[in-house]
Amino acid sequence: MQDVRDALMIARTSEGKLVRRPLSPHLQVYRWPVSMALSISHRVTGVGLALGTLLLTWWLVAAALGDRSFAAVQGFVGSPIGVILMLGWSASLIFHLFTGIRHLAWDIGRGFDDRAYRTTAMTVIVATAAATLIVWIVALVVW
Amino acid sequence: MTGSDTTPRISIRRSQLGRARGLGAARAGSAHWWAQRVSALALVPLSLWFIAGMIGLEGAPRAAVAAWLHGPVALVLLLCLIAASFWHMALGLTVVIEDYVHQEGARLTLVLGVRAASVLLALLCAVSALRLGL
Repeated sequence: MQDVRDALMIARTSEGKLVRRPLSPHLQVYRWPVSMALSISHRVTGVGLALGTLLLTWWLVAAALGDRSFAAVQGFVGSPIGVILMLGWSASLIFHLFTGIRHLAWDIGRGFDDRAYRTTAMTVIVATAAATLIVWIVALVVW
Repeated sequence: MTGSDTTPRISIRRSQLGRARGLGAARAGSAHWWAQRVSALALVPLSLWFIAGMIGLEGAPRAAVAAWLHGPVALVLLLCLIAASFWHMALGLTVVIEDYVHQEGARLTLVLGVRAASVLLALLCAVSALRLGL
């Protein structure tokens, strides 16, 4: 052992022999159960939303600066790329919100049994699709 | 690093406790964990309110955005959303960086960069919102 940080990776067996603690296997050995896909998507959408804050900042700053800069940001949001970004951003926000609520439920000790785990996973997926669709229908058609 | 099949050896002459010390205490980690949950909890109603607000402002001119923020309630809620979002973002990105970036210099640079960017973006958003609403 050369690095102090390795200290936590090395342990002693009951016979006093030094052993390296086992590492959990890497992602590629697993099949992709829905729970794992959701967990990773939660993180990926979180990073995506962090990038989306740049758009929010641009929008607010442009609105504060004046009509010309605001027209530029509105033009971008209305462009094909802008619409795709907004679609991804809204779906990510809704998904992250729903999986986040699932995480908060786990934090108070709810929903850990096998059935609840799967039911809530499927609920999150269906609810995300439905809510995103409703938001866009309301925004584009009804409003 | 030795492979998993070879018996590890310890070449640093320190006690087990001494070697584990300074690697980060559970005490410090719980503050981060707790802050992440508190900001998440605040963001549940705030995000729903924000989505509704954005639907209302879809395609609206700048004057409509200013009118939306002119009432104290909307302005205060938006400021809360800005604070909670960027706080939550900084905490979340820090965890992601710490999980995947193992080289110490790069990790520290990225974590500090995320902190700096979060504060700057949050202030830009907040000042813009105040300028529009006040």
